[in-house]
Amino acid sequence: MSGIPEVLKYTEEHEFVRSAESEDEIVVGITDYAQGELGDVVYVELPSVGDSFERMEVFGTIEAVKAVSDLYCPVSGEVVAVNEALEEDPALVNTDPYGEGWMIRLRVQDPSGLDELLDADAYRAIVDE
Amino acid sequence: MSFLTHSEADRQSMLAAVGASSIRDLYDDIPESLILDGPLDLPDPLSEWEATRLVSGHAARNPELVCFAGAGIYDHHVPAAVDHVLRRSEFYTAYTPYQPEVSQGTLQSIYEFQTMVCELTGLDVANASIYDGATATAEAVLMALSATRRKEIVLAGHLHPHYRQVVKTYTQGLDVSLISVAAGEGGTVEEGSLQVTDATACVLVQSPNALGLIEELAPLADRIHEVGALLVCAVADPVSLALVRSPGEQGADVVAGEGQPFGNAPSFGGPVVGLFAAREKYIRKMPGRIVGATEDAEGRRGYVLTLQTREQQIRRDKATSNICTNQGLNALAATLYLAMVGREGLRQVAETSVQNAHYAAARILELEGFELLYPDAPFVREFAVRTPEDPRAILSRGLERGLLAGVRLGRFPDLETPDGLLLAFTEKRTRAEIDRLVDVLAGR
Repeated sequence: MSGIPEVLKYTEEHEFVRSAESEDEIVVGITDYAQGELGDVVYVELPSVGDSFERMEVFGTIEAVKAVSDLYCPVSGEVVAVNEALEEDPALVNTDPYGEGWMIRLRVQDPSGLDELLDADAYRAIVDE
Repeated sequence: MSFLTHSEADRQSMLAAVGASSIRDLYDDIPESLILDGPLDLPDPLSEWEATRLVSGHAARNPELVCFAGAGIYDHHVPAAVDHVLRRSEFYTAYTPYQPEVSQGTLQSIYEFQTMVCELTGLDVANASIYDGATATAEAVLMALSATRRKEIVLAGHLHPHYRQVVKTYTQGLDVSLISVAAGEGGTVEEGSLQVTDATACVLVQSPNALGLIEELAPLADRIHEVGALLVCAVADPVSLALVRSPGEQGADVVAGEGQPFGNAPSFGGPVVGLFAAREKYIRKMPGRIVGATEDAEGRRGYVLTLQTREQQIRRDKATSNICTNQGLNALAATLYLAMVGREGLRQVAETSVQNAHYAAARILELEGFELLYPDAPFVREFAVRTPEDPRAILSRGLERGLLAGVRLGRFPDLETPDGLLLAFTEKRTRAEIDRLVDVLAGR
């Protein structure tokens, strides 16, 4: 799965949001476009389970060979899981950003925040600029 | 030939672009009363010979004193070979170079410095050095704040007053609180008095502490780790590391220290060199530069600056720290010193210093009216004594007899001790010199 899937939601800062098994939870990572721009990911710094973040608050950082970027929380919520596989193999973000390269699972505090996310068309417009 | 790259026309067009009519307009914020309105009041220029005579005359007024002062700066012997290598033109620069990888020799020396700092502190990773022990300590506190995302810093026991001040300066304006915990009756930090909670980012303990006493870190470490906080150990006297179990082995997560006693002259207090080491899991939170070893395409060993992506030139305001350089030349002096004296040599330096201090303490305690501030706590090579007369009188008597009879505790109200003298001993002090000190103290 690459490109800009129609089923996902996006932020202007290149995070994606997909639904999780539980209804009030979402999975967050960075888009295929973002991993391509960053290049080889060497480290992902993730929060701890139980940490809470406001909408667009920095929840971690992602380090590529030449740069470090912040990761922004798409909606306010509490971290219920982090992708521990990234510790051993951060390149999963490059090879499978929407799947194995996911970063955090979040329990959404305010579902109305989800409405403010971009759909695939709106995100594509940002990327094409 | 003019060395200014900008022509008058360039200057005018730049001024026009920012809406200023003259260079002076750019300094509008400075009050009129502070602006110099005439030439500086300087004496006439001197010829080379006249300048040499003037400066030599000033230098000749410095007395050669036998030094019993310490308090964070120690008078150890610097082998002549240290200076010899240090002054080689290939090394003689204060900074890590901007194009570091072409200077493999410099990077190798820094890599060796880091390795030695790791061995001394008992921790996994060290950086290429920081300005001095006090700023290293403040950076360690900032790192603990960022690693734990907590807001409370506990300053425990007798911390060097300068270190305390720099920590205060570095943390002012941040939304954090500093909590001081006084030393116990024995002069060292007591585990039971530590106020740590799940809001504590770190506990800062100095060992040997500002009065020269050894702190027992292991029980403190357990207590601190239970609440998820970090133990930051400040080491103002790194020679002690040759004898005492390393802070890392005792559970410290970060060690921030002073490297001056290794190959750097006291020089009136600077320039010196800060040591910084931490557990590996904090490597991405560490301030400053780090040199790493790698292999080139042909499998040969090479050195690079590593983890630079988190530094200021790339991350700007989001950088891990503001340290974009190191104390290159001073760190090199420390590296040369440690390589020359070696593991055994450093141990001998430390042991001789300890023996001198303990000989002096025994002699001083025989004197009427002198007592150790903390008689029951073990010290390494520095200790505090109460004096039967004003320590200022003793210090001026010392100066008349050619010796610097310690540091007056009253200079440091933050220590909250009675007045007295803090006396330090190195391997350079002879028995005859110590006996002279005892005579000065006794007023003989």
